[in-house]
Amino acid sequence: MLGAGIIKGLAETARNFVGSYVVPERLITVPYPEQRLPAQENARNFPFLVYDGDDAAAGLRCVACQICEKECPPQCIYIVKDVVKKPDHTGKLQFQPKAFDIDLSVCMSCQICVEVCPFDAIKMDTEFELSTTDRFGGLLATKDQLSKPNTYYHQIHPGEARQVDEHLAAARARLEARTLSKPAGDAGSR
Amino acid sequence: MSRTGEFEPLTVPGESGAGEGQDVLEVAMGPHHPSTHGVFRMDVAVAGERIVRLKPVFGYLHRNHEKIAETGSYLAAMPYTDRLDYFCSLTNNWAYALAVERLTGLRPPERAEYIRVITAELTRLQNHACLVGFLAQDMGASGTPLMYAFREREKILDLFESLTGSRMMCNYMRFGGCRCDLPDGWLDQARQLVADFPRFLDEFERFLADNEILMARTQGIGVLPPELAINAGVTGPMLRASGVNYDLRKVDDYGIYHRFKFRVPLGDHGDVYDRYMIRVLEMRESVEILHQALRDIPAGPILDPKSKPRGFRPKPGEAYGRIEAPKGELGFYLISDGGSNPYRYRVRPPSLINLTVLEDMCLGQTLADVVVILGSVDIVLGEVDR
Repeated sequence: MLGAGIIKGLAETARNFVGSYVVPERLITVPYPEQRLPAQENARNFPFLVYDGDDAAAGLRCVACQICEKECPPQCIYIVKDVVKKPDHTGKLQFQPKAFDIDLSVCMSCQICVEVCPFDAIKMDTEFELSTTDRFGGLLATKDQLSKPNTYYHQIHPGEARQVDEHLAAARARLEARTLSKPAGDAGSR
Repeated sequence: MSRTGEFEPLTVPGESGAGEGQDVLEVAMGPHHPSTHGVFRMDVAVAGERIVRLKPVFGYLHRNHEKIAETGSYLAAMPYTDRLDYFCSLTNNWAYALAVERLTGLRPPERAEYIRVITAELTRLQNHACLVGFLAQDMGASGTPLMYAFREREKILDLFESLTGSRMMCNYMRFGGCRCDLPDGWLDQARQLVADFPRFLDEFERFLADNEILMARTQGIGVLPPELAINAGVTGPMLRASGVNYDLRKVDDYGIYHRFKFRVPLGDHGDVYDRYMIRVLEMRESVEILHQALRDIPAGPILDPKSKPRGFRPKPGEAYGRIEAPKGELGFYLISDGGSNPYRYRVRPPSLINLTVLEDMCLGQTLADVVVILGSVDIVLGEVDR
C-alpha cells in the first residue's frame, strides 16, 4: 500500500514524542541555566596558572620559561620575564613572570601548553560562562585573573591534581636529598 | 572560462540533451544556502528544471591549514587537524599520528591501538548517524530525523568529553599512542552505549527505510558509475555504494583492524539511496567492531616511551599515513628535513576529492535533486577548504 512506509515512520515519531514524557533516555536535554549537568572530570576550557599556598604572587609555580609561549599553536600566550629572581615556594631562586596574558579569544583550548609545561604550572580550567560585552579587554586574561590556588585545581580535576602533587613532592624530596648530600658552602652559592 | 572564474555567456543550451531550445538560467546556490552544509557555492546552469552545467566553487573557509602546520612544531599541528573535519576529530588525529609514526618509527602500545579503534568507530557511528539525519533534512524532513540522530550523537560526544575533555575538538592522539588513559568506568559506559545503539538503528530504519517519499527522492538519483568513481579517486562509502569493494581497513591493514571480523557493505546502483543505505549498514558493522574491541582491550601503557612532547625532531624522510575516515581515505603526507617543524605537510581530504564528481552526478537531474546529491556526498567544508 502506498503510504505504509510513511505511516510506519510516523508511528515511530509518535513513540518518541510520547516516550520523551515517560522514558528519561528519550529526553536527554536539560533546561540549562536552572539545571546543569554534572561536570566531567576531564573537561577543559581555558588555561589557568596554579599557585601553592595562599599568596598568589609568592606561590606561583610558573617560572617564566616561555616554553608554552613557543609551543602554543595559535600563539595566544604573552609572557614578560621579571628581571629579578624571586624565591619560589621551595626557597629556590627562580624567575617569575612579570606579565602573563592569555588572549581567550584566540586560545583554542588544545591543552598543549599543559602538556609541554615542565613545572606543572599551567592547567586547564573548566569555567565556561565567560561571556562579556568587551571583546578586547574582557577576553584578555592577565596574570592576576589567571592565577588560581592549588585547592581550586583539586576541586575541578581531583584525580589529576593528586597525581601532580605526588609527582611534585617526589621531585622536591629528590632535590632536598641532593642538597643535603653536598657540602654546605656549595648549596648556598647556587 | 573567463579570468574571474565566472561562466562564459552560455549560447548553446542543451549540451546534455536536456532543455533543447530553452533559455539557460544561471543560479548561484550558496555560499549562504542551508543545503550546502557550510560555505560552499555551486554555480548551476539550468534549462527549465534540468541541470546542464554545475561548477562547485569552494575556498570560502580556507584557513591556510597546511602552511600553518609547516610553521609550527609537529605537535602543534595536532589540534588543527581536529578542525579539518570537525565531525570526526578523532579519526583526523589518528591519520596525522599515523603519518608521523611512519616517519619516526614510533609504535603505539597494544592498549592505545585498541583505544584508537574504539574511538574511530564511535566517530564513524556519530558521523554516519548525522549524515543520514542531514540527508533527510535536505529532502524536507525538517528536523525530526536529524534530532533523533543528534540525540544518539550526544551520547557519543559525552563519552568523548569524559575521555578527552572536549566534545568535538578532541586533540587526543599523540605520536606513538594516546594522550591520557581511559577514565574509570568509561569502558562500561561505552559497552552500554554500543549495546543500545542497534535499537536506535532499528528505530531509524523503521522510521525512514520504507518511506515512500525518501525512495522517490533518492532511488535512481545521482548515479555514480563505478568506473567514474575509480577514475576520479572517490573513496569511502561513496565508492562502496557504487559497488567497488575498497575499504582501507581491509586493504591497507593499518592499526589492528585485521583482528576484527567485519563485513564491507557494497551497493549496486550507486544512487543516493545506496549511499544512504551503505551508511546505515556500515554503522551496524561498526557496532560489531566495537563489540569485539571493547571485549578484547588489554591493560597496559598507552604511549610509546620514546615519544616526547618537547624537542620532537624526526629524522629526514617522508611518510604517508592514511586511514579509512568516515568520509573516505584521509591521508597526511609529511616530509621532514630533520627540523622541529614539517618541511612539507599535505592533507588528502576525502570530502574534496569526493566532490569532484558532483557535476557528473547532477547533470540532467533537477535542481531539487542537487541538494540531495550533495547531501549524500557527505562533505564538511572545514575539510574541503582547509
